[in-house]
Amino acid sequence: MIARLLSHDLPRNRWLAAALLLIVVGLAVAPFAFPGSKALGVAAKMLVFILLVASYDLLLGYTGIVSFAHTMFFGLGAYGVAIASTQMGAGWPAVALGLAAALAVSLALALVIGLFSLRVKAIFFAMITLAVAAAFQTLASQLSDFTGGEDGLTFKNPEWLSPAFEYGRLLSYYLLFVAVLVLFLLLLRIVNSPFGRVLQAIRENDFRAEAIGFRTVVYRTLSNVLSAGFACIAGALLALWLRYTGPDTTLSFEVMLDILLIVVIGGMGTMYGAVVGAVLFVFAQNYLQDGLKLAAGALDGVPVLSALLTPDRWLLWLGVLFVLSVYHFPTGVVGRLRALRQKAAR
Amino acid sequence: MNVLELEAVQTHIGAYHILHGVDLAVPEGEVTMLLGRNGAGKTTTLRTIMGLWAASAGRVSFKGQPIQGRPTPEIAQAGIAYVPESMGIFGDLTVQENIVLAARNARRASELDSARLDWIFGLFPALKKFWLAPAGKLSGGQKQMLAVARAIVEPRALLLIDEPSKGLAPSIINNLVSCFRELKKQQTTILLVEQNFMMAKALGDSVAVMDNGRVVHSGRMAELAADEGLQQRLLGLSLGAHQ
Amino acid sequence: MKLGAFDWRPLILLVGLMLLALPLVGAPSTWLTLTVAGLAMGLIVFVIASGLTLVFGLMDVLNFGHGVFIAMGAFVATSVMGGMGAWVASPSLLLNLGAIFAAMLAAMAVAGGIGWAFERVIVRPVYGQHLKQILITMGGMIVGEEVIKVIWGPLQIPLPLPEALRGSFVFGDTAIEKYRVLAVIIGLLVFGALLWTLNRTKVGLLVRAGVQDREMVESLGYRIRRLFVGVFVTGSALAGLGGVMWGLYQQSVTPQIGAQVNVLIFIVIIIGGLGSTLGCFVGALLVGLMANYTGFLAPKVALFSNIGLMVAVLLWRPQGLYPVTNR
Repeated sequence: MIARLLSHDLPRNRWLAAALLLIVVGLAVAPFAFPGSKALGVAAKMLVFILLVASYDLLLGYTGIVSFAHTMFFGLGAYGVAIASTQMGAGWPAVALGLAAALAVSLALALVIGLFSLRVKAIFFAMITLAVAAAFQTLASQLSDFTGGEDGLTFKNPEWLSPAFEYGRLLSYYLLFVAVLVLFLLLLRIVNSPFGRVLQAIRENDFRAEAIGFRTVVYRTLSNVLSAGFACIAGALLALWLRYTGPDTTLSFEVMLDILLIVVIGGMGTMYGAVVGAVLFVFAQNYLQDGLKLAAGALDGVPVLSALLTPDRWLLWLGVLFVLSVYHFPTGVVGRLRALRQKAAR
Repeated sequence: MNVLELEAVQTHIGAYHILHGVDLAVPEGEVTMLLGRNGAGKTTTLRTIMGLWAASAGRVSFKGQPIQGRPTPEIAQAGIAYVPESMGIFGDLTVQENIVLAARNARRASELDSARLDWIFGLFPALKKFWLAPAGKLSGGQKQMLAVARAIVEPRALLLIDEPSKGLAPSIINNLVSCFRELKKQQTTILLVEQNFMMAKALGDSVAVMDNGRVVHSGRMAELAADEGLQQRLLGLSLGAHQ
Repeated sequence: MKLGAFDWRPLILLVGLMLLALPLVGAPSTWLTLTVAGLAMGLIVFVIASGLTLVFGLMDVLNFGHGVFIAMGAFVATSVMGGMGAWVASPSLLLNLGAIFAAMLAAMAVAGGIGWAFERVIVRPVYGQHLKQILITMGGMIVGEEVIKVIWGPLQIPLPLPEALRGSFVFGDTAIEKYRVLAVIIGLLVFGALLWTLNRTKVGLLVRAGVQDREMVESLGYRIRRLFVGVFVTGSALAGLGGVMWGLYQQSVTPQIGAQVNVLIFIVIIIGGLGSTLGCFVGALLVGLMANYTGFLAPKVALFSNIGLMVAVLLWRPQGLYPVTNR
């Protein structure tokens, strides 16, 4: 039954399965096992990023498309909910309308972007998405009456999710948990379906796929659209959790880099890589800094090293890890773990 | 003395096994014709010699030295010139610039060997006429002449030429034949892939016939030209028929 | 006999844009100020992007980390000019220029050196693999940005113009900033030097041929790998120079300067056509002029003017203004 649930895409490695189980259970009982608002915040962020990166993996890992516009859809979802809640007043209707509107815009934009790839080569496409995402970020800052500009929007949640309500935070968390779980399983279903297999064929050799008879443009566009949709929902979830949306939580280039880091370190084209990667990354982002602080403290006085090891520079080490991963771990943590099993089996 | 020798050369391109063990000897100072049906592996053989595709097995030696696995620029510098089927003309560069590029010892047009250049202009007058024109604007035949001219602007020990006469008018083919004959007089060795049998018969001293990634016949051109039955078996048509 | 006319249309577009702006802007003096500003900005962007387009065109390498050379150059300039405070503060133009040129030379040397290391360590192992190139060069840029923060701190640093270069030349109604004139001069010199090298030297010949057909150049006996390293290092050095110029234009530098300018230079080389120096030149000028004209006429639209320009150009010529005829 578990196999059916996972669309027959099993972890295929003892360690990975154990890790995944640990993660699912840990996230499920987080409010109780890890008390404190910081810990819960970290868990919620992990959930959002799992969905966000998994949706990106669909595009990058399975279809082989490099796009830098992913944060745009993430932002659309978040801003959709935020703007609707601000303009219409807090409540479920606002959330529903905001999400629906955001999805509509995301899907439409993704469609246009996907079709545009007809006329330009892959390299151009990547660069164009970079430019579009940058423009969108500027747009969000500019339309400050609407979007709150640089400061962003703070808004109230529907009653059941608001902190005023006794179980508000708890319900919010479990809303995220259930949503992410369901959507992740849905993504697994998609990539393991005939559609998903065609995507992978296109990724390997688009010329050949076209020759066999698959209209690659259609598949690529569809992949773009689906990926955007999931990212949009992830954005809405983040907004609901934080009760705030701003350009730096969703649209900034830093977020795009984070996504790239996670998907590469976790393992492209595996879906589980997004899970493992997101958990590791968010954990590092929040707790590694403390670790670095310790190390910096110990090396205080040593001229160059202490500057390199300050907690603010954790991105430096992550960047180095990223570069090393691309060379030596092209298949990421998940790929490496799976390869271990094959090596042992021989 | 053999200027070029291939022993049991195999080449894989990705998953495709193209050359299945090629044995070839190219005698010095002669024109060796490399014949065979389309897809027999002739172009792959030339590219393997040139190092553009790495031989997965076997030995390629040039003047007695092994060159398989060496980088292409090194092989070219050893004295081999390559004229690919696609000609490899730099369309945005002028005819002059294409020639200067091919002359490794010249830094600019003024440093080209004028006697040699006159000889080339004599063989291929169109090149002189369009000297400053972008090479991309030349006709197919003129481009072919440019491609060959590039290979001979400086003396080379071995010329690898891939189907130069494809789609060319007979008059231009005659130019090419005269050019190659002159080169032979200068002790240049030529390995020529051709489908045009009139040309093959006119020029070839030795011949090697390929099929399915192997050399299935090698010997003197004169013998092959005289044996119609052998021609039929190897090439599916007789040399007497016009291509 | 010369066959084939030069393609004038993109240049006509450029001039056309300038002429179109005149009636829209209204006052000729304002138009002149904006045009010079646009040309200056465009030329700075050209200096930065010129190396990148050749790297793309010659070796098909997608360097998404070009921004790191820009940033390094800009920050080195802050240190050099900071150290030459007396020259910078002096009213003598000569000393001012001396300080700037010292900063530029230092920036180019450092950026070039980093470029060499970047090519060796980051780019070389991933030749031919576009996806990995994109990822790994971005990673390189992240690391570079963080290293800058380690050395110079994470905050914005001012890069004030030297004394004699402040202010503007005033002709009647028109005010033209002095620094912009210097930027235009330097930009044109770089363009001239690049064109001369590409068209009059054998190295330039090799680069132009290599952009079209790498394999054939190797078959002619040239080690194109070495050439590539040279082009990459030159491109990085130029980016460093551009970083100095950009920093002086903005009068401040931040560690994010690389990422910010990255988007702009990608737009420029897409518009120009990958591998084309002339395309890059025209594209950069178009972008610079567009940004300044729309900044004046319709500031809200200004930020999208680049994207709009890019989309418009691609609809006209999907491969860019001056596509390179590749094999």
